[in-house]
Amino acid sequence: MATYTPPLREMQFVIHEVLNAGDAFKKMPSYAEVDVDTINQIMEEAGKFAAGVVLPLNRIGDTEGCTRNEDSSVTTPKGFKEAYQLYCESGWAALACDPEYDGQGLPQLLNTVLYEMLNSTNQAWAMYPGLSHGAYECLHEHGTPEQKKTYLKKLVSGEWTGTMCLTEPHCGTDLGMLKSKAEPKGDGTYSITGTKIFISSGDHDMAENIVHLVLARLPDAPQGTKGISLFAVPKFKPNADGSVGEGNAVSCGALEHKMGIHGNSTCVMNFDGSIGTLVGEPNRGLNAMFVMMNAARLGVGMQSLGLTEVAYQNSAAYAKERLQMRSLKGPKEPTKAADPIIVHPDVRRMLLTQRAYAEGARAFTYWVAFMIDTELNHPDAKEREAAGELVTLLTPIIKAFITDNAFTATNEGMQVFGGHGYIAEWGMEQFVRDARINMLYEGTNTIQSLDLLGRKVLGDKGAKLRKFGKIVEDFIAKEKRTKGMSEFLEPLADIAEKVSKLTKEVGMKALLNKEVVGAAAVPYLRVVGHLVYSYMFARMAKVALEKQNSGDPFYSAKLSTARFYFAKLFHETAYQIRAARSGVDSLMEMDASLF
Amino acid sequence: MKILVAVKRVVDFNVKVRVKADQSGVDLANVKMSMNPFDEIAIEEAVRLKEAGIATEVVVISAGPTQCQETLRTALAIGADRAILAETDAELQPLAVAKILKAVCEKEQPQLLIMGKQAIDDDSNQTGQMAAALLGWPQATFASKVVIANGEASVTREVDGGLETIALTLPAVVTTDLRLNEPRYATLPNIMKAKKKPLDVQPVAGMGIDVAPRLKTLKVAEPPKRSGGIKVADVAALVAKLKNEAKVI
Ligand SMILES: Nc1ncnc2c1ncn2[C@@H]1O[C@H](COP(=O)(O)O)[C@@H](O)[C@H]1O
Repeated sequence: MATYTPPLREMQFVIHEVLNAGDAFKKMPSYAEVDVDTINQIMEEAGKFAAGVVLPLNRIGDTEGCTRNEDSSVTTPKGFKEAYQLYCESGWAALACDPEYDGQGLPQLLNTVLYEMLNSTNQAWAMYPGLSHGAYECLHEHGTPEQKKTYLKKLVSGEWTGTMCLTEPHCGTDLGMLKSKAEPKGDGTYSITGTKIFISSGDHDMAENIVHLVLARLPDAPQGTKGISLFAVPKFKPNADGSVGEGNAVSCGALEHKMGIHGNSTCVMNFDGSIGTLVGEPNRGLNAMFVMMNAARLGVGMQSLGLTEVAYQNSAAYAKERLQMRSLKGPKEPTKAADPIIVHPDVRRMLLTQRAYAEGARAFTYWVAFMIDTELNHPDAKEREAAGELVTLLTPIIKAFITDNAFTATNEGMQVFGGHGYIAEWGMEQFVRDARINMLYEGTNTIQSLDLLGRKVLGDKGAKLRKFGKIVEDFIAKEKRTKGMSEFLEPLADIAEKVSKLTKEVGMKALLNKEVVGAAAVPYLRVVGHLVYSYMFARMAKVALEKQNSGDPFYSAKLSTARFYFAKLFHETAYQIRAARSGVDSLMEMDASLF
Repeated sequence: MKILVAVKRVVDFNVKVRVKADQSGVDLANVKMSMNPFDEIAIEEAVRLKEAGIATEVVVISAGPTQCQETLRTALAIGADRAILAETDAELQPLAVAKILKAVCEKEQPQLLIMGKQAIDDDSNQTGQMAAALLGWPQATFASKVVIANGEASVTREVDGGLETIALTLPAVVTTDLRLNEPRYATLPNIMKAKKKPLDVQPVAGMGIDVAPRLKTLKVAEPPKRSGGIKVADVAALVAKLKNEAKVI
């Protein structure tokens, strides 16, 4: 079975040494008390919980899956419910929630760390509290005072969970085709009718009530995405005293049979005249739902970071123990029957690929989480705005780049095990299967790429991207003369320039032919993803260079990983740039009938 | 009733320790440190006694460098009320710790001193016994069950032959074994509260205690590498090998 040690030192490196978050929090009034010791202690205890409680359920969840009972109720795998109860009692669900609703009011950054660990140990389980937190954020921002009063404390304590209900059988990416109906009842409530599919954590036995955030159309709604409204629809109608009342005609019609994340109940949800209340303004549902969707996209990035890390840990341990063949340079451990496979260059490539993707993703996601904290809490409005813009730009990259990489990484992790990687008991093949969904849900990675290139970059004529470019430029200018930095700054400067050229070129071509965006988007996102990682690795290398003579081998390992990244992974950009520039003709030439 | 709990900061049980090149000890630089697992059990027991209404206050003490404050905060997060750090950078051997504990017990006047049966770094298994001797208190080591009633402690001990239950008059020293309880996970609100609980730092230098080591470490070495096993043909061959090669019978 897979094991997991919370990578606390790695996390502390990013938080304290690269981001200096403790110092920055002192300037944000609501986080002023969150100092280095507090951060470390919370991480340490969260790690104990993840490794001790959540990890042992990972394979159970995978083999057992969820069960839909005859009365359409859903039972989660053995131990899920108890672990969730302990999670709530321990206050983890409340970590980054508003103190006004009994939250702990701690930074998003710490929640991000918590979720890295929960996802390393059990992605399917972590999705139950994860989606609830998204529902909390959505209602916190767009809910009516009445809705906040009814739902927020329950979501913060975890007594109730939440879901997001977007997809319908005929309508996935294109939400404009959505059919679910909402009829006003005349008393301020609505009767919701429709079928939703792929609803993660849609029904389960872990909490006494579930609030579904459902997209549906009002009777007079305009066609397309401008006619969609958002409703809060509880599984059981809440009584005035906060207790759970009668059923609300919400039921799980079926469970999906999936490739991975078996422990999570992926439901077909039927709403048969269920009573709901409007969240936000009529026909502005997508706007409200985007709060939850953006949170979920960052969440999916964390899922993939978690899987990358745990796959790396297990394959690294295996490579140090598994004895096969001799080093190409002659026996390294002559007293043993063979050398451990970590002596082989290609095994190291597989391990370092995982490691570099884990370290890059951690630096990237923690930085963005820290930016969200800045956006929410910085006293200076300019800082808040700048941080917000960066988060908007980087969200699709977190979602798509990290999940692509995690599929590669978990796959390499499995490969290190040879044939054993394919055997379920080792746990490695589950990581690959679980990682695969992350490229699909919350908007496929193609949709993320179109969002990045079409909306976030070309949509504002590259303004946000240039702001990010300026951050990179400033960093290069500042560190240019720092001894030892040139090997990291040169590729960074190079890719920054190439991104800006590529953006202009694609933008120009797109003026003549809109399909160019569709053809270039996916390779384009990969290129910008590498720009972000180059920046993150250069920042990490800077800290590591300063401390490489401290006697702590941690820092030389950091430099080695950064060197590996630039030597072996970064050059994907050369290929992707050519792919992005090669236009659309070769894709569209063949007549559809010939496929 | 007040309970004092002694906690030691030790190398985390997950860490594969390495002997220093000069064989003077184990390399502790940049190694993850945690609370001694037996001491987690000691805290848990004390907090349960408090929750059961038997204890009124749980005080934790650690002796060592300033970083022990982290370990003490962990104990506070589990539920101890306040903490004392007997601060020193000097090497502390069990006798020195026992003397410190004696001094603190005389000042704090607890009815129970609960501590781990051994620290997993040096595996000495001495401090509790020594502290009891210095204090002149009864002791129950290797406890797997503790019941307090009528000014007495009834403690079930894990001994070689099985379980033994003894009665002690209070104040007394109890050292914990693995099966005594399963320590809880700290809750987030308690972690935050722990930050505000009192943590009193007292320099050992000012306590008037002689903590000078009485034992000298000559050399620390890795255990010999295990070589592969062999198969023997029958029992006779096994006995012959044990006699002539291993020389153990
Ligand atoms: N430096 C220390 N500070 C506080 N308690 C200690 C210290 N050293 C040992 N102890 C306590 O004594 C127990 C037995 O340790 P030992 O005799 O070293 O195996 C530990 O489980 C602790 O409860």
